[in-house]
Amino acid sequence: MNPHAAYLDPILTRHGRQVVNLMQILREAQEHYGWLHPDAIDYLAEQLAVPRAKIEGMASFYAFFYLEPRGKYRVLFSDNITDRMLGNVELMNRMCRNLWIEPGKTSEDGLVSVDFTSCTGMCDQGPAILVNNIPITRLTESRVDAICDLIREQVPLAQWPAEFFQVVDNIQRKDMLLTEGFVPGSALQAALARGPQGMLAEVKASGLRGRGGAGFTTAIKWESCRNAPGEVHYVVCNADEGEPGTFKDRVLLNSYADKVFEGMTLCGYVIGAKQGFLYLRGEYRYLLEHLNRVLERRRQQNLLGTGILGKPGFDFDIEIHLGAGAYVCGEESALIESLEGKRGTPRNRPPFPVTHGYLDQPTVVNNVETFAATCHIALNGGAWFAGIGTEKSTGTKIMSVSGDCARPGIYEYPFGVSVRQILEDCGATNTQAVQVSGPSGVTVSRQEFDRILGFEDIGTAGAFMVFDDSRDMFEVARNFVHFFAHESCGFCTPCRVGTSLLRNLMDKLHNGLGSPYDLAEIEKLNKLLLSMSHCGLGHTACNPVLDTIAKFRPAYDARMLHQDFTPAFDLDWSLQAARQMTGRDDSGAHLSTVEEQNP
Amino acid sequence: MSKTFTLDGKTIPFKDGQTIIQAALEAGYYIPHLCYHPEFKPHGSCKLCTVKVNGRQTASCTMLAAEGQVVESETPELNEERRALTQMLFVEGNHFCPSCEKSGDCQLQATAYHLGMMSTHYDHFFPNRPLDASHPDFLLDFNRCILCSLCVRASRDVDGKNVFALAGRGIKTRLIVNAKSGRLADTDFAATDKAASVCPVGVILPKRRGFAVPIGQRTFDKQPIDAYVDNRMVREEG
Ligand code: SF4
Ligand code: SF4
Ligand code: FES
Repeated sequence: MNPHAAYLDPILTRHGRQVVNLMQILREAQEHYGWLHPDAIDYLAEQLAVPRAKIEGMASFYAFFYLEPRGKYRVLFSDNITDRMLGNVELMNRMCRNLWIEPGKTSEDGLVSVDFTSCTGMCDQGPAILVNNIPITRLTESRVDAICDLIREQVPLAQWPAEFFQVVDNIQRKDMLLTEGFVPGSALQAALARGPQGMLAEVKASGLRGRGGAGFTTAIKWESCRNAPGEVHYVVCNADEGEPGTFKDRVLLNSYADKVFEGMTLCGYVIGAKQGFLYLRGEYRYLLEHLNRVLERRRQQNLLGTGILGKPGFDFDIEIHLGAGAYVCGEESALIESLEGKRGTPRNRPPFPVTHGYLDQPTVVNNVETFAATCHIALNGGAWFAGIGTEKSTGTKIMSVSGDCARPGIYEYPFGVSVRQILEDCGATNTQAVQVSGPSGVTVSRQEFDRILGFEDIGTAGAFMVFDDSRDMFEVARNFVHFFAHESCGFCTPCRVGTSLLRNLMDKLHNGLGSPYDLAEIEKLNKLLLSMSHCGLGHTACNPVLDTIAKFRPAYDARMLHQDFTPAFDLDWSLQAARQMTGRDDSGAHLSTVEEQNP
Repeated sequence: MSKTFTLDGKTIPFKDGQTIIQAALEAGYYIPHLCYHPEFKPHGSCKLCTVKVNGRQTASCTMLAAEGQVVESETPELNEERRALTQMLFVEGNHFCPSCEKSGDCQLQATAYHLGMMSTHYDHFFPNRPLDASHPDFLLDFNRCILCSLCVRASRDVDGKNVFALAGRGIKTRLIVNAKSGRLADTDFAATDKAASVCPVGVILPKRRGFAVPIGQRTFDKQPIDAYVDNRMVREEG
């Protein structure tokens, strides 16, 4: 008898022993043990009749699955640039010093591990960490010290002070989506009165475009999926909000979940789907119980399940699928792969998900905010919606504002608002740049603050990170480049190798060893990533560097050692460990130069 | 009348359902490629086979041929980018050709020659990848793995075994075998498997057969890779 069977059997049963549920099975299995024991993998492989290499291959793709023991307390520091600006590195060093551990390693007694992770979506209340996947916000030195005490005394997480775990919505400006008073079921009633075709016509008339960044017209997606032949159709809500600096879905799911689920149900009605999935990013694990409660209530209200609102044949239900730390799963075909319990590798397209999505069936994948918006279209009609915003960008957009400003948080505006307006509203002063739409978006400089948000100018998924004059825009770009190298899925050559090469070049510049040659190399890499990469991650990985080179050139020039060629290899730097070990501290050892170059 | 598209100005016939690279190779025109193999479902990951279709770059091993497409392949621009990809593959792993049993039969090496690659250009990563010599008949030298997944596909789709799988993510992506110990000897891999002969580089190597064919008389010593055109011929010779 496998020693892991006792806790794995109920999990397997709950998931119908289906391989497509492998990711959820692994997540629950891991919640039991803190990591995935090789014997547990053996048991799962045998029970699910899959090769164990498939399970290992899948698990090792995701940052939050552990194939080796981790600490009983697993601390992950969010490492977005906004966390950096709030001093996360110093706080992490403090924690490691307190606990006598090295970053990335587990303490010898197996008690604790501390590491970095990509942006956890708490930029308006950072610096943030995850402890065993539960967020703690507004970290300070004293909070760090308190956490270290709790860990050393092995206090169970449930008994830690509640205020540590407080995540606030921080809504600063409301428009249609964030206005309270939505009555669950009201949008469905309106849609039922219109019929599926009628509802589709309203979505068409509304001009609604996807809120995830790409801006694809929603009605076209719904219509192609509706018309695509298939045994079953699926609705998928993309809540894998991984773009650093974006946290609006967190708020929508926390306080407006009914709108999101109702929008998904509307879509199911229009395209004839019976099953919906909400793909929730692993970082938002803490919202799972809340969301399941909302789903349960909606079932009781006959807003989900069979014969919704008394209409025979209108059957639809929603399941939540939790991600496990992979930014690339925000790409819709990678998300579907992940939903099927596989590595989150973007598929070869065409075919597109609208015809061949989940389990190869026609599938609509839309963003959280897009679904929420469809409720308002059902309630007030497409023409009304189209009257808001601009001609090409109808409706409103929720912005996640963070960085150097007095009032970070959530701001909803009709499309067409200028960057300057948002900066004024959030109380930003001496702003030198705004990163709109995260690392894959654009760096907007002071001269461009009159540009507007909208598909005709700056398309956006909603991140708005503010940098004042005290910030070094080179370091901003370098943080983003590290992010892409960390999150590349590794499938295609240009992105797998290219993002790491780019990271090394930026580190070379950071170390003060740059030359114009490196800038030329960066341009070449950019061209290659853009033309050869498999998906959007590779296509956009160079954006922040190119933007900052173009707009903040002095930040790069300051790092040039020579005006011509400089090798990446530095003799003194390479010899420093040896020199320190042999106790050399004479001036010929150049230890001080090395330290200056590598802070 | 069969349907056609043009490749660098030449007319290429194709059957419905064929990809651009399939039709091109069948018609005798070489497009560089590494992860494509005519016997397997395309993977589309190495991106060496990228061509311009009606002005847009796309992998020709996954793109279906369509009537009237205008395809460009042998352009200086595309070949320069392919060369850069090849260089990336070289620096990502540890490729020391002079001491490699596959030298001369290796598609990565042959493609590099074809593309006129004179140096690896980028800084080497020098990854630390241990060897697996556990199996009595075969050796795995992961240092040379280009993650093309051909062995994964061959073992799964032809041998019905799933001996190999890709693991990890990003630059840490690696090949693993289907055993708790992580050793090839503990899998059901056999020398007669399709997966044993499919590796385009020098990872999956038979033991006790080193340098049986002298350097100078090997597949790509006889003629360059583009002269073989149809991939199958390379396999049979090599
Ligand atoms: S696998 Fe090919 S490229 Fe790599 S070392 Fe061997 S011969 Fe050279
Ligand atoms: S071992 Fe060979 S066939 Fe398998 S993925 Fe690596 S390079 Fe490809
Ligand atoms: S041969 Fe087409 S991507 Fe590798």
